[in-house]
Amino acid sequence: MIDPRLVLLVSAALFAVGVAGVLTRRGAITILMCVELMLNAGNLAFITFARLFDGPEAQIYVFFVMTLAAAEAAAGLAIVIALFRLRGTTDVDEINLLKW
Amino acid sequence: MEQIAFFVLALLSIASALVVVTNRNPITSAVALAFNLVSIAGLYMVLDAQFIGLLQVIVYAGAIMVLILFVIMLLNLREEAQAHPVGTFQRVLAPVATVLFAVAIGRGVWLSTPPVFPAASAGYGTASSVGRELFTTFYYPFEAISLLLVVAMVGAVLLAKKKLS
Repeated sequence: MIDPRLVLLVSAALFAVGVAGVLTRRGAITILMCVELMLNAGNLAFITFARLFDGPEAQIYVFFVMTLAAAEAAAGLAIVIALFRLRGTTDVDEINLLKW
Repeated sequence: MEQIAFFVLALLSIASALVVVTNRNPITSAVALAFNLVSIAGLYMVLDAQFIGLLQVIVYAGAIMVLILFVIMLLNLREEAQAHPVGTFQRVLAPVATVLFAVAIGRGVWLSTPPVFPAASAGYGTASSVGRELFTTFYYPFEAISLLLVVAMVGAVLLAKKKLS
């Protein structure tokens, strides 16, 4: 049988990779994809704990996170399209109207 | 057998996550992300959560990835613009901070988690057990999340349709 700690380590590694992507990338869509990576790392931890404590609740949380990710992707990509129409770029360094 | 499947899937998921983050071409990133999502679905299967694994393939690797790829193609994004290259400060510190972060979380879970899984109860992770839980205990959250989906859909249509000037 698998060691649950190893699964959680994989989850931590995936989350950290996602954070690195959000910190270093410049394209708005790539940043959205890195956020999806982080959400998935969280889901993996949820599933591990669901199996560890034999609780179906955590699987429902994963279901909700997936729905949330779908909503986030739809709204986020709509914002990216609106920004691209307005500024002709998805580079987040160009989009700094609200930045102090 | 389970061990081998787990290690292969874990390696694939981490490798494809690294490709998502390091590749310059957004389309390559998106395909690597799809690969990553499918390998995580495999990890769910290894952890006996068949139903969630199938949902992952259908919803994430199917619907969401198609949406992202569609927008990338629609906007005709190719290489990431070089007008604002990432500074050396960021390029050096981001991986360091990331590794430290992963080590911090990893150490915490390693010390506080039991090393073996207990035996799964009968019917664990099947569509019927997850569905029963979803439509009894989590009935109101389920209705709320459907409302959220409607709001997101209306918002997305409004945002993408309106001519901003």
